[in-house]
Amino acid sequence: MTAALFVEQLFNGVQFGLMLFLMAVGVTLVFGIMRVINLAHGSLFMVGGYLLVACVQATGSYWVAVPVAITGVVVVGAAMEVLVLRPLYGRGHLDQVLATFGLTMFFNEAVVVIWGRLPLNVAIPAALDGSIQIFPGVHYPVYRLAITGAALVCGAILYVVIVHTRLGALIRAGSDKREMVEALGVNIGLLYTAVFALGAAFAGFAGMLTGPLLSVETGMGDPILILTLVCIVIGGTGSIRGALAGSLIVGVFDTFSRVMLPQIVGLTAGTAVVGMADYVLMALVLIFSRTGLFAAYRG
Amino acid sequence: MSEAVLEIRGVSKSFGALRACDDISLEVRRGEVHALIGPNGAGKTTLIGQITGELAPDQGSIHFEGRDITPLATAARARLGLARSFQITSIFRSFTAQGNVALAVQATEPHSFRFWHDVRRIGRLQNPARRRLEEIGLAARAGTVAAGMAHGEHRQLELAMALATEPTMLLLDEPMAGLGSEESQAMLALLGRLKGQYSILLIEHDMDVVFSLADRVSVLVQGRVIASGAAEAIRNDPQVRVAYLGEDDDAEG
Amino acid sequence: MGLSRRTIVHLVLLAAALAVPLSNDIYYTRFATQIAIYGMAAMSCDLLLGYGGMVTFGQAAFFGVGAYATGMLTLAGFHDALIVWPLAMLAAMGFALVIGALSIRAQGFQFIMVTLAFGQMTYYIAQALRDYGGDNGFTMPRRNTFAGVTLANHVLFYYVTLALLVIVLFLCSRLVRSEFGMVIRGRRDNERRLAAIGIPPYRYKLALFVIAGAVAGLGGALMANHARFVSPALLSFQVSGQFLAMVILGSAGTLIGPVFGAAIYLVFQQVLSDYTDHWMIFFGPLLVARVMFVKEGVWGMILAALRAHEPTPAPLPAEEGAAE
Repeated sequence: MTAALFVEQLFNGVQFGLMLFLMAVGVTLVFGIMRVINLAHGSLFMVGGYLLVACVQATGSYWVAVPVAITGVVVVGAAMEVLVLRPLYGRGHLDQVLATFGLTMFFNEAVVVIWGRLPLNVAIPAALDGSIQIFPGVHYPVYRLAITGAALVCGAILYVVIVHTRLGALIRAGSDKREMVEALGVNIGLLYTAVFALGAAFAGFAGMLTGPLLSVETGMGDPILILTLVCIVIGGTGSIRGALAGSLIVGVFDTFSRVMLPQIVGLTAGTAVVGMADYVLMALVLIFSRTGLFAAYRG
Repeated sequence: MSEAVLEIRGVSKSFGALRACDDISLEVRRGEVHALIGPNGAGKTTLIGQITGELAPDQGSIHFEGRDITPLATAARARLGLARSFQITSIFRSFTAQGNVALAVQATEPHSFRFWHDVRRIGRLQNPARRRLEEIGLAARAGTVAAGMAHGEHRQLELAMALATEPTMLLLDEPMAGLGSEESQAMLALLGRLKGQYSILLIEHDMDVVFSLADRVSVLVQGRVIASGAAEAIRNDPQVRVAYLGEDDDAEG
Repeated sequence: MGLSRRTIVHLVLLAAALAVPLSNDIYYTRFATQIAIYGMAAMSCDLLLGYGGMVTFGQAAFFGVGAYATGMLTLAGFHDALIVWPLAMLAAMGFALVIGALSIRAQGFQFIMVTLAFGQMTYYIAQALRDYGGDNGFTMPRRNTFAGVTLANHVLFYYVTLALLVIVLFLCSRLVRSEFGMVIRGRRDNERRLAAIGIPPYRYKLALFVIAGAVAGLGGALMANHARFVSPALLSFQVSGQFLAMVILGSAGTLIGPVFGAAIYLVFQQVLSDYTDHWMIFFGPLLVARVMFVKEGVWGMILAALRAHEPTPAPLPAEEGAAE
C-alpha cells in the first residue's frame, strides 16, 4: 500500500467513523438516559437523506435545504418519541424492540409510497465539489473533508451542551437520579423529548451528509444502525466517549479491511470476508471484555 | 481450638478514589456466630460481594475450609458450602415456595442437564424441599407462587433455600430487614436454632439480635475493622460506642 | 377421569390442523405449511424469550443456516431428509454454539445488540456465497425424500411438517418442565440467586441457545424444502423481528402461543398484501399498536378464558404462565 493510498483510506476511515459517531450518540444518549432501545434510529438516518432530496428539489438550493431538512427530522423524531417511545418507558426490552421494529417497517414503506422504490441521488453542492491537495501527492475530495468537519463541529456542540449547559447537566443528572431531577421541577418528559430530538437531529444529519456519497433508498439506515450497535458494543454501552472510540475504531477498521482483505486473501474470498470483518472485530472485543472498552453502564 | 471456616486476609477494594474496604482481615470459626456490624457505608456490602465472588478484591485473599476461593466464581463458592441470604429479598418469583426450595435442592446435584422428567414428580427434589419448608414454618404456603407471598415469608423462604443447599457456612445479610415485631421474633428463634449447626457470618443493624446471637463481633467503620472480639467485650468497648455516635443503635436494617 | 379443558382444546386444534388438506385447495395446505414452519422457528424464539428471558434479535441466522445447509447438501447430491435435516440442525447448532459463546455474557440491551449484529454477519456471509447465487440465492431442484418417499406432494409434506412440529412441541414442553427447564426459568427470574445457590448460569444459557438454534435450524430445513428456494433474505433481521412478533402475538412462555402468533402474523400479512403492495405501511403501525395497547397474546387469552371456567388445581412449582 502506498503512502498516498494509506492517507486517503485513513481519512475515509475517520470520516466514516464520525458518521457512525453521529448515529451512536443518539442511540447511546437515548439508552443511557431513557433506558430505551430504538431500532428505528436507522429510519431517522434514512428520513434525513430523503428530506434533503425533497428540500433540494423544492428549493433548488442545497444550503437552504440542509437546515430545513434537519428541522424536518427533528419534528419526526419528536413525534416518534411522544407517540411511540414515551408510552414504552419502563416496559421491557421486548416491547421496545418490537414497537421500534414496527416503526422501521412503517418508515421503510412510507418513503417508498412517497418517493418510489428507485434510489435517489443528491448532487454534491458546487461549492464542495472537486478535490484539494492535503499532502504532497495526495488529493482528497473536498466534500468528504467538509462532512468530516461538520461531524467534528457536531461533536464540539455536543461537548459544549453536555458539559457547559443546564440541559447538559440535566442530561447527566437525569441518567442517574431521575427522581431528583423531577423534584427540581424539571419537566422530565420535555427533557426526554429534547434528548431524543438531539439524537434524531444527529442521525438525520448523518443521513444528509452521507446522501451524496451513497444513494438514498429505502432501508438504507438499517445496516448503518446495526453497524452503529457494533460501535457501541466495542466502545462500551452508555458512554459517549465509548461511542466515539468505538465508532472511530470501526470506521477505520472497516475502511482498511475493505481495501486490504481482498489483497490479502484474494478477490473472491476477500469480498466475502469484508462484510464479516467488523463483526469478527466485535467478537474479539467481546472475548476480551464483556462490557466494551469504555462502558459506563454495566447492566 | 475450632479452626477457621472462612478467612478473609488483607482484603482491599477501591472504587476510583473511594477505598471501600481497607486491608480487612477477619475469620469465622467453625460453629460460631460471628456478627459484622457497622454504620451504613462502612463497606459491609462490598465485603460481602467479595466473599460471595460477585466482586474481586484489589488485594488480599479469601479462604474457605482452608482453600483459597479468591479466583472462584459465585456458583463454585456456593457449591463448596457457602450459602447466603440477601439483604433485599432475592427469590424466584414465578416459582412456588416449594419450587424455590426444590431448585435449591437441585443445585446440590452435580449438574442439571436433565431434560425429560417433570420436576414436580421427582421425589428426591420435592420431598427434601417440603421438609425444609416445614422446618421453617412455611409448609402451608408450599403451593403458593412466591410473587404472591408476604415480605416476611420471603425472608423465611430465603433462609429455607440457603439451608436446602446443605451448606457448612451461612452468610446472612440483614435477615431482620423489613420484618415486623412478630416476624422478627420468629426469625430470631429460627436463627437461634441454627446456631451451632452452621458457622454463621451475620450482618445486622439490630443490636438486640446481634448480642443475643453472636459469639464474636467485628466492627467495620469506613472500610476498616476497628474492633473484633468476644461479643460482650465489643459491647462495652468505648471506641465502638464512639464509632456509633449519631447512629440509632436500635435501628433495624 | 375426564380430559382437562386444555387437553380438549389441544385436540381440537390438532384435528383442525389435520383437516386443512381436506379443503381440496392446495393453497391452504401450503399456507398452513408455512404457518407450521414459522411457528416452529417462533417457538425456538419462545424458548429463549419466554422461558430463558433472553430477547434475541438474531434467530433468523440459525433458521437461515438450516435452510442453506439443506440446500447446499441437496445440491451436492444428498436427498434423504433423514440425513440432510439432522445435518442442517447440526450446522445451525454449530453456529449457535459459536455465536452463543460470544453473546451470552451480555445482558439485556447488549444481548439484543450482539445477537442482532451476529445475525447481520451471517446475512453477509450468505450474500457472499457466490457459488450459491450470492444475494439472489438459489433454487433446490427437488425436495428431499423422507424414508425413501419424495416430499414433492404438498399434502404429504404438510403432514410431515405438522408431525415434526408436534414432536418438537412435545419435546420442548418436556424440556421446560425438566430440571434443565427449572434452571433456565430460575435464571430468567433471578440469575444472581441462581449462582448463589450454586448453579453456574452460563453453561445452561449456552445450552438453551444451542437447543433453540437446533429447532430454528430444523425450521430452516423445512423452509428450504417448502419453497425450494434459499436466499439471504431468510437471514435478515426483518425475519428475526418477525419471529419475535409472532411470539408476542401468540403469548410468550407458552410454546403453542408462537404457533398461533405465526398464524395471525401470516394471515394478516396475506390479507393486507392482497389489499395493497404497500402493506407494511399498515402492518408496522399495527404491530406498534399491538405492543402498546394489548397486554396479552392470543394463547394467553385462551388459557385465561379456560381457567375462568375451571376450578384451579393446586398450582405447580413453576407455572407456565404467559411471561412477556
